[in-house]
Amino acid sequence: MSRHSFLESTLQGFTRAVSKALQSEHAATQPGLLQQLDPRVRVLGIFALVISVILCRRLEAIAAILLVAIAIAVASRVSLASLAKRVWLVVLGFSGVIALPALFLTPGAPLFVLRYATLHLTITVQGVRTAVLLVLRVETAATLTTVLVLTTPWTHILKALRSLHLPAEIVIMLAMTHRYVFLLIETANQMFESRKSRTVGTLSSSELRKMTARTAGVLLSKSIELSQEVYLAMLSRGFRGEVRLLADFRLKARDYAGLTAFLFTGCVAVWMGR
Amino acid sequence: MQNISFSYEAIPAIRGLTLHIEEGDRIALLGANGSGKSTLLRILDALYFPSSGTVTFKGNALTEKQLQHDEFSLNFRRRVALVFQNPDVQLFNPTVFDEVAYAPLQLQWSKEDVIRRVQETLQVMSISHLRDRSPYRLSVGEKKRVALASVLVLDPEVLLLDEPTATLDPKSQSQVVDLIQQWKGTAKTVITATHQLEIVEDIADRVLVLEAGAVIAEGTPSEILSNTGLLLRANLIHAHRHFHDGIMHSHPHFHGHSPHEHEH
Repeated sequence: MSRHSFLESTLQGFTRAVSKALQSEHAATQPGLLQQLDPRVRVLGIFALVISVILCRRLEAIAAILLVAIAIAVASRVSLASLAKRVWLVVLGFSGVIALPALFLTPGAPLFVLRYATLHLTITVQGVRTAVLLVLRVETAATLTTVLVLTTPWTHILKALRSLHLPAEIVIMLAMTHRYVFLLIETANQMFESRKSRTVGTLSSSELRKMTARTAGVLLSKSIELSQEVYLAMLSRGFRGEVRLLADFRLKARDYAGLTAFLFTGCVAVWMGR
Repeated sequence: MQNISFSYEAIPAIRGLTLHIEEGDRIALLGANGSGKSTLLRILDALYFPSSGTVTFKGNALTEKQLQHDEFSLNFRRRVALVFQNPDVQLFNPTVFDEVAYAPLQLQWSKEDVIRRVQETLQVMSISHLRDRSPYRLSVGEKKRVALASVLVLDPEVLLLDEPTATLDPKSQSQVVDLIQQWKGTAKTVITATHQLEIVEDIADRVLVLEAGAVIAEGTPSEILSNTGLLLRANLIHAHRHFHDGIMHSHPHFHGHSPHEHEH
């Protein structure tokens, strides 16, 4: 990959992320299993399943929760292809690197020995189990949270978090981050294009690094300025620290059933995976 | 507003300004960039508080402490509204409908009232077709209209506009001016900060010219706009130099909708 294409591809990646995020807002309005439930139930239920994933020690139990997550995704009209690309492959890459040493460092019954000259690396059964457990745990938790985000408008998640007594300051930080990350990406894109239009020839790698650092610095100061302006605009329209939405959350019978199902699944998984 | 001053750290933005605004006044704040127009609007909207001097609204002092009281704050925000220069800072909700509903919801209106008022406002502003769109994906002109709708929904008594037509193409500019003119109610006060002279007569009956945070002139639009020396001093017009038959000459020049004419 050339030096130029590195920056360009990064910005293109950001732009793609914006486009995907907007598609997510569209997905949240589709009729589906999770979409029918009260946002508080969705947040609480998914949170319960994530906790159960953390508490489970057996592979089979975590795999069962992953299957439940996939079933929920399908019933909520979330594309499995999109999940695979956006979650499973990415998580496999990151958590795989972290889990790799466990294959060799965990003591136990040898499964396979890698020999290179005088170097002998023994992969143990327990090591494989530990690595798979870590990767599967992260994959399952990421799948659950992604399904929640894709099926719930961001403002509903925020209101649900607030009604579950998450401090207002944290909820506001999340709200602002979500809205203005798009604007900052657009600004970064424009800054890059503007600089590129005034650049003749190829930049050396050190010049490119300096340019990137300067751009990041300017973007940071712009983001601080923007956040102050946004806060003033919110105050001006009556904001007093509470998230108020038109959608009035009311629990129905199906919400109680949904919450019971979530909690029951989580408890069974923890019991099976103890 | 009595003898107020305000500084951004060590840089003074408003200096000893005294201003009395009556109900129903339509005022244009004219001034070049950095003259203190936006700061003044923010002080009027009780977003900034002066370092010295006093600001009162209907007999109540606008202080940080006063604005901390829920009842006073909600009442004030209901009656005084500000449209920011950059619509992006004002549009942070997922859809246009949510955006327009934001202020009434914060002011704790009933759900039915919010829905009814938002629908009416979208219709009046001719943006009903945008109701489910994300504000992020609108054109600059559409964003300005949504930003205006997001405060007009409250039917405020005092409307503060910060460069409402800046960066707009001529058609969008005239649409926004028309909307401001059409916005009717009882004893509405409109204070507009601008450096676009061509809209002043349409939106104001009284003009204040600002320079370096102080009012340097006050008058009717025709009085101010005919005072070339004043406009040159306030950087609102500039000396335009060009050649005719090989002879260079200069004359005052300002940018408007239509081509300007001048005598040689």
